[in-house]
Amino acid sequence: MESLQILERVKNQFGDRILEISDHKPDSFAVIDPKAVVEIGKFMNQDPELAMDCLSNETGVDYKDRIEVVYHLFSYSKRHTAVLKVKLPRDNPSVATLEGVWKSANWMEREIFDLIGVNFEGHSDMRRILMPEDWIGHPQRKDFVEPAEYHGISTVRESPIIRLDTKKK
Amino acid sequence: MDTLVQNLIASGAFGKNASPSMVAALVVFIMSAVVFLGVAFPFAGIVSWAERRVWARIQSRVGPNRVGPQGFLQWLADGVKHVCKEDIIPDESDAPLFKMAPYLVMLAFTLPWAVMPFSSSLILADLNVGILYMTSVTALTVVAVLMAGWASNDKWSLIGGIRSAAQIVSYEIPAGLSIFPVVLMTGTLSMQGIIRAQGWAPQHWFLFANPFTFVAANILYISALAEGNRTPFDLPEAESELVAGFATEYSGMRYLFFFMAEWGNLFIIGAIIATLFLGGWQFPHVTKNVIAMNILQAITFNVKVLFLVFVSMWIRATLPRVRIDQLMTLCWKYFVPISFVNMIGTAVWVAIWPDGNSLMGYIMLAAAIALAAVFTQRVIYYLRRSRMEVYFNPTI
Amino acid sequence: MSTLHTEEMTLNMGPQHPSTHGVLRFVVRADGEVMREAIPDVGYLHRSIEKIAEKVGYHGFMPYTDRVDYVCAMFTNQGWGMACEKLANIEVPHRGEYCRVIAAEFNRIASHLLSVGAMAMDIGAVTPFTHAIREREMINDLIEELCGARLTFNYMRIGGVAWDLPPGWREKALAYLDHFDPILEEYNALISWNKIYIERLANVGVITPAEAINYNLVGPNLRACGIKWDIRKDIPYSVYPEFEFDVPIGDGHWGKLGDSMDRYVVRIREMAESSKILRQALQKIPGGPVLAKVARNFKPPKGECQIRLESGRGDMGWYVVSDGTGYPWRVHVRTGSFAAMGIIQKLSAGLMIADLVTLIASLDVIAPEIDR
Repeated sequence: MESLQILERVKNQFGDRILEISDHKPDSFAVIDPKAVVEIGKFMNQDPELAMDCLSNETGVDYKDRIEVVYHLFSYSKRHTAVLKVKLPRDNPSVATLEGVWKSANWMEREIFDLIGVNFEGHSDMRRILMPEDWIGHPQRKDFVEPAEYHGISTVRESPIIRLDTKKK
Repeated sequence: MDTLVQNLIASGAFGKNASPSMVAALVVFIMSAVVFLGVAFPFAGIVSWAERRVWARIQSRVGPNRVGPQGFLQWLADGVKHVCKEDIIPDESDAPLFKMAPYLVMLAFTLPWAVMPFSSSLILADLNVGILYMTSVTALTVVAVLMAGWASNDKWSLIGGIRSAAQIVSYEIPAGLSIFPVVLMTGTLSMQGIIRAQGWAPQHWFLFANPFTFVAANILYISALAEGNRTPFDLPEAESELVAGFATEYSGMRYLFFFMAEWGNLFIIGAIIATLFLGGWQFPHVTKNVIAMNILQAITFNVKVLFLVFVSMWIRATLPRVRIDQLMTLCWKYFVPISFVNMIGTAVWVAIWPDGNSLMGYIMLAAAIALAAVFTQRVIYYLRRSRMEVYFNPTI
Repeated sequence: MSTLHTEEMTLNMGPQHPSTHGVLRFVVRADGEVMREAIPDVGYLHRSIEKIAEKVGYHGFMPYTDRVDYVCAMFTNQGWGMACEKLANIEVPHRGEYCRVIAAEFNRIASHLLSVGAMAMDIGAVTPFTHAIREREMINDLIEELCGARLTFNYMRIGGVAWDLPPGWREKALAYLDHFDPILEEYNALISWNKIYIERLANVGVITPAEAINYNLVGPNLRACGIKWDIRKDIPYSVYPEFEFDVPIGDGHWGKLGDSMDRYVVRIREMAESSKILRQALQKIPGGPVLAKVARNFKPPKGECQIRLESGRGDMGWYVVSDGTGYPWRVHVRTGSFAAMGIIQKLSAGLMIADLVTLIASLDVIAPEIDR
């Protein structure tokens, strides 16, 4: 099935909980209601026409005024793909976890939590994954400022070129 | 010995009132020190160099070739390096035990040399329980390794130590049972006695005495590899699993002691097999000169042992490592029952042919030669098929 | 009769451990030799490459993509190039695509050689590793001649490749392939059909096909579970439809379907298939330019896209969001190792400590690809 057809089929099922379908080139996508993520996920996974058996990618994007979580779904049996998005507020973004539908969501959601700061409700293991446990802030956010030091270790390296200059003086 | 002691006292080197027993003890100490320092340690060192060269050749590398001709002095350089290194003792370790473990390993490594039958007269002490002594003192290693693993207070070391204990204790059984057939046939435990019961010709070796001894020899060799922590049974120090096993926390000379014992043990493994099954130092009586004869015998013995050492290097470079459960399965489900069958089979054989069956010797020898020929042919086949250049010149 | 009481032991495996293929850490809860659970702890190699992309612009990010997966950097190069080309609708010249395929397939062989060699070493056999590295060095020599680097290639550009094949390179590459094909058989004789090797790998870390899809395993790990799926065949990109090749899948010949041995054998067979593709590509390579005209100040139109390509570690996804400026708004790489690490915790229960090492090796995880 074509990507748009898939999204239409989901739209027929869920009506106004699909907020928007965009046939943007090159990848068309649908924006869905954050509250209906698990329902829609389960439907797309179990519907025999769609059979989205794989969550191939899940990532977060910070747009300065909102945060989007992007789901790339894929079906190995039907060989088609679909893109879903949820839009979340920047303060305390929170959405239900898809771990119950696709196991691969577990680590990808941990990564989004770590780097973008989206809280996934009902996630079994909501810990930081790439950054240290006691890191403050979420590095992939656009307004993230790197702290000057971490546990007394400087995070900036003095430029050797500058040092040469100061020695000359 | 007595005359030597008398002469020494008469020479006045120890004063007028020197007691003969004290002088005798001193002479034994000096002699054993010469053997250990002059034979055992250099051998362990040279084996470490030889192993690296053999490995390198098998792995299409060059290996150490910088220190001395063909890198021969590499082992001395390594020894000096390790002596100069800092001896780190972890704070949390059990220091006395931690320090003692390498010495115990060295003890277990040096004691067997006392009964090493280099030739008909070149043997430190021809004990009448020689082979029993050999197996029992080499088993001291397990105490040392367990001690090292426990005292390091490191979980990887502990697992290594426990693995080693389980492995050595298990493989002692098939190893011990595989010695019995030879003891049954000779009626002696003395190393020299066992060698004298064999002839110089292969068909008179115990390896080819009957099918049971042939199997026993193979089981003994494999079990000895397992006891010596050699691949494919190097689980206690499995690098990719346990970092360095029981030796993880050791550094400098103490670390080197463990590995010197491992390389030196190769000679002991080879010596046991050569003595029991390959005719030891037996050489045809070509000369009446005792000294020349002894030299020829020592060369024979060493050639046999070094061949077995080379085989164990070859095995180490070729085979992957088994898992602990597979190791135990191999020992308890296959080796132990087969060893019992060997023992009973040999007993029956000895009951039927008390003086051995010479025809069997020839048949088995022929079969072994055929087997070796097939093996060589396969090796040549694969060498031809491999498109890489193969160099047989060891000095490249 | 009282039951024997055993105590659970917590082991810290890594980050400095000989067999963790880079810098990984596992917290292992073990009862003696048998593991209850191995909890992976990643992030030791996190360099925030995705954030760097937002600062350096489209062309400037190309050398950084090498560092995403340094073992097969050609694919990360190609992935970034393909994503940008899809965003800006750039057509890569035909010869450029051929150069990409040739470089990438050589890199796939190199990557698989390293993988199977390291796997043999993790099981305690050192010789196969050196033999694999010997072959890999020759490929590195070829690629060095092509782009001047042996590990982080930076060969591809948005719109093609940086340099054409040097004169005489084609013959050298073909000669190498003639040398390489029998080497594979030699390698099999050396290690693959060794009894101990099979015993160690068969029936260890069995993954069912449904699990593999649910955990989003990709590439050789997925194919070892019996799923015939290869991006090069099923979502064709570049010039792959012009070549004849098979997609080897696991068949559970030595143990259960989807065990470590299947994953190993699939990699070995893929090398032969790559060699097949290379032969065809080197023979059919057309003339023409290798690089499309792309503005130095590359500004793709506003939009977003995801591309997928078959890297050495499987389906690699690049998700790029452009806001119309010279700097990407967001870049995300979905890598095979990241997904493969996620399944280790589930598989580890009941395995032995020695099996964890073979499991990591058989999933072929590369630490920088997990952490990025």
